[in-house]
Amino acid sequence: MKLLTHNMLTSHVKGVTKGYPLLIKATEVKMNEVEFNPQFVSRMIPKLEWSALVQAAEELGQRQDLPGELVSDYEKNEDFLKKVHRVLLEVEVIEGCLQCPESGREFPISRGIPNMLLNEDEV
Amino acid sequence: MDPGVESSMEAVRRSKDEKKVLRKQIKASHTLLKHEGISTTPQPSKSLVVANGGLGNGVSREALSAALKEMGELETLIMHPHKPYAFVTYRSEECARKAHVHLNGQKLQCGENSVTLYLSYVDSVTCKEEGSLPLPDGLVLVEDFVSPEEEALLLAAIDWSGTNDDVTAQKALKHRRVKHYGFEFRYDNNNVDKDKPLPAGIPQECLPVLERCLKNKHIITMPDQLTVNQYESGQGIPPHVDTHSAFEDTILSLSLGAQTVMEFRHPDGRLVSVVLPGRSLLVMKGESRYLWTHGITPRKFDMVPACDPQFPAHTMSDLRTNSNLTLSKRGTRTSFTFRKIRHEPCCCAFPSACDSQGGPSASPPSPPSLPSCHADAAHLEEEYVHRVYDAIASHFSSTRHTPWSRVCDFLSSLPPGSVLADVGCGNGKYLGVNPEVIAVGCDRSSALIQICAERGFQVFVSDALSVPLRTASCDACISIAVIHHFSTQERRLAAVRELVRLLKPGGRALIYVWAFEQEYNKQRSKYLKDQNKERPENHSPSDNTSEDSQEPHGKASIQTSRCLEDSPVDDLQCVSKVSDGKLSVHTNRTAFNTQDLLVPWHLKDGKRQGQEESGEGVKKDKKKEKSKKTYNSITTSDCNPDPSPGFKTRVPSGSGQDTSDATHSSDSKPSASDDTTQTSTSTQKSESESSPTPVFHRYYHVFQQGELEQLCGQVAGVKVQSSYHDQGNWCVILEKDMHL
Repeated sequence: MKLLTHNMLTSHVKGVTKGYPLLIKATEVKMNEVEFNPQFVSRMIPKLEWSALVQAAEELGQRQDLPGELVSDYEKNEDFLKKVHRVLLEVEVIEGCLQCPESGREFPISRGIPNMLLNEDEV
Repeated sequence: MDPGVESSMEAVRRSKDEKKVLRKQIKASHTLLKHEGISTTPQPSKSLVVANGGLGNGVSREALSAALKEMGELETLIMHPHKPYAFVTYRSEECARKAHVHLNGQKLQCGENSVTLYLSYVDSVTCKEEGSLPLPDGLVLVEDFVSPEEEALLLAAIDWSGTNDDVTAQKALKHRRVKHYGFEFRYDNNNVDKDKPLPAGIPQECLPVLERCLKNKHIITMPDQLTVNQYESGQGIPPHVDTHSAFEDTILSLSLGAQTVMEFRHPDGRLVSVVLPGRSLLVMKGESRYLWTHGITPRKFDMVPACDPQFPAHTMSDLRTNSNLTLSKRGTRTSFTFRKIRHEPCCCAFPSACDSQGGPSASPPSPPSLPSCHADAAHLEEEYVHRVYDAIASHFSSTRHTPWSRVCDFLSSLPPGSVLADVGCGNGKYLGVNPEVIAVGCDRSSALIQICAERGFQVFVSDALSVPLRTASCDACISIAVIHHFSTQERRLAAVRELVRLLKPGGRALIYVWAFEQEYNKQRSKYLKDQNKERPENHSPSDNTSEDSQEPHGKASIQTSRCLEDSPVDDLQCVSKVSDGKLSVHTNRTAFNTQDLLVPWHLKDGKRQGQEESGEGVKKDKKKEKSKKTYNSITTSDCNPDPSPGFKTRVPSGSGQDTSDATHSSDSKPSASDDTTQTSTSTQKSESESSPTPVFHRYYHVFQQGELEQLCGQVAGVKVQSSYHDQGNWCVILEKDMHL
C-alpha cells in the first residue's frame, strides 16, 4: 500500500462518523524506486488530503522535511514535487495494519494489501 | 562468502565470477535472516545452510546429499518442505570447510533442473521435533501386502484395450482411467444400481488377495464391487467421501505400481498425508471411511519422508512440519478399490456426512433458493460468488486478459490525473489501461487482489457494498461484471448507490452487467455464437473459459441511448424468476431461461492455484509472477518453478459437510468424482464422467433490457448519461449531479 492509496482509504465501520485518516501501524515498510513524473505528481496533489499525507508520512518516520501546509505554486517547485513523489509513490507499507481513528478497529495489511472487509455486525 | 575463509585463501584478485558469488551469498544471508530468522556466521562451524539447495527449488534429497557427501561424512541433512534451502551438519568442521570452499557458487544438476548453491556457516541448526500426526481413526496401511509377482498378475488382469467396455464399464476420465467390476458406479446419481450387476464380476486374480484380507480380519465379508483406477504422473482425484448409502463400512484400496501420497482431511481442518507405496493395502474403516475425505492432488512430484537409514521411514506424517523430506517423482499408479454394496440405509455415527441420514451430501443435492432476506442473500453470495472466485482465481485470471474495448474507451476518455476506482477489479485488467489516471482497485476476492498486487497495482480487499474510500473522492468509477452477482434488488441498488457515493459531483461511473438478452437486435452475442465452436463430443462446456466466449465483450453492437421514461419497466416481470423456488443451473452458451441462476465454471485441468496458465496475454504476467514468487527465496535467478504446485492447491475446505450445491448437471442430478465412488464434499466442486474437471457455480442475476437503467434511476443525485448493449451486456454511464 502506497500512501497515495492510504490517502483515499477511510474506515466505514457502522456508526463511525470520523473514520479518516486511518492510522498506520507498520511492521514492514519498503522503499520502491518509482520514476519521477513531475506532471503526474502535481496533478495528484489537488486530489489529496494534505494533512492526512503528512500525518501518514510522520507515522512511518518518512516525513523528513515535508511541509505541514501545501506550498503554493508547487507545479514549478520540482524539489517539493520530488518530496511528494517520494512519500506518495515510493514508500510502501508491506506488513502491518490500518486502524480506524474512532472505533479502533484494525484492518490488516499483508503483503502490501489492506484487507478492509468488515464483519456482518460492522456494516 | 565469509571473511575468515576469504582471508585464508590466496590473496588473488577476485575474478568477476567470484565477486558475483560473494554478492549472491551476502544477499542470500540477508534474505535468510530477514525472512526465516536464520542468522549465518562468518566463523566456520560444522553446520551450513545451503541456499537454493531446498525442496522448494526442486532439489531432491538424493542429489543434494550426494554432492554434500563428497566433502565428508554427514551428521544430518534437513530439508523443510517448500523451503529454498537446506541445512547440513558435517561430522567435522573440516568437512564443512571443504564443502564451503568447493560447493559454494557451484551448480547442482537435479533432474532437468540446475541450481546454484550458496553456502554459509550457521551456529546451530534448528531441528524441530517432528509432529507426526496419527493416522485418521480406522485407517490402516499394510505395506508389501502383495508380492511383486501378484502385482504383475493383477495388473495383467486388467484389460485397458477397451474391447470389453460394456462388460466392465470402462471410462476414460480426463484425470485417470477407470474400470468397474461387479457393479457400475453411476456418476449421475452418485450411487450404484444394485439390481444391475455388470456381466464381469471381480476378476479371479483378485481372489487370493481378498481371501488374505478376510483371513487377516481386514474385512468380514467378501467385497462384490471393484473399481480400478489408473493414474498417470500428474493426475489425481479431488477429495471425497465414498457415498455412504452405496457401500458398506470397510473399503480396501490396493496400490500397485508407483507410490503416491493420499491426503486425508477432517472437517475440522486436520490434514494427514499418507504415503501409499506400491503393493500396499489401505484399509479405510469407521471414521476414516465415513468422515474424512481422501484425495490425491494432481502433481508430478510428491514430498515424501526421506528413506535415509538415519531417518526411519514414516508412512505418514504431517508433511508441513516434517523436515526430513525428499521429492518423489510420480509414475503410473493403479489402484484396486474393493467395496461391498450396501443394501440397507447407512446408519453410521457420522450423520453430517451421511446421505442416508439426511446429511448434506444426500443426493440429489438441492440448489439454493433465491434469498428472501438480507442474511440469506449474503450467505448465498458468500457461497456462490466469493468462495468460487477465490477458488478459481488463477484460472479465471488466465482467461481475463483482454480488456473490453468500450470499457477502454471510457477509461481513455478520462482526463489525466483523474482518480479512478475499479470496484470489483478482478485481476486488475483495467487498472493499467490509462496510465495517466490515478487508479485504485478493490475486489471481494483476496486471491484476485493478490494477482493485482503482483502486477503492481494499488488495490485492497473490500466489499462493493461498503467501499472504504472517501465520499466524493473519485472522478470516475467502473463496475464491470460485478453487480449481477448481488442476489437481491436491494443489494444491487445498494451497490449502485455506493458507486455514486464515491463520485465527485460531475464524476462518471460505468457499469456493465450480464444481459438476459443474449440475442439483441437480431444479433447473437459472442457468448452464444461460440457454442458452435464446441467440439461435438464435448458434453460439458469446459471450453467456456476463454474470455471471448464466457462473458462477452468485443465490438459494441448497438448503441441505444435511452431515457428512463421509456424503459420497459413493466416487462420486467415477464421472465419467470425461478422454477419451483430453486435456482436453476444454466447450461453454458445457451440462452438464459431465468434471470437468477447458477452458471457453471469448469476449472481447467491442472489449472489450480499457481499452475500453468495459458493465453497470450498472460505470458508476460506469468513471467512476472514467477519472479515475484521467489521474493521470499534466496536468489531470484537460480530458483526453479515450484515442482509441486499441487501443494498450493486450496481445497475449499472441509466445509463440505454443510454445503450441497454444485453437484448437478443440467438435469439437476448430481455428478460425482471417483477414485472409487463418492460424493464430492468440497464446496461447489464436483467431477462427473463427462466432465472430470471440478465445476464451480457462480450466482448471477442477469439483467433484462431497461432494468439497469431503472435500477440507477432509483439513486438520487445521478443521471443515466447513456446506456447500451455491448455483446451480451447491459451497460450504463452515470453522471453525478454537479449540485447536490
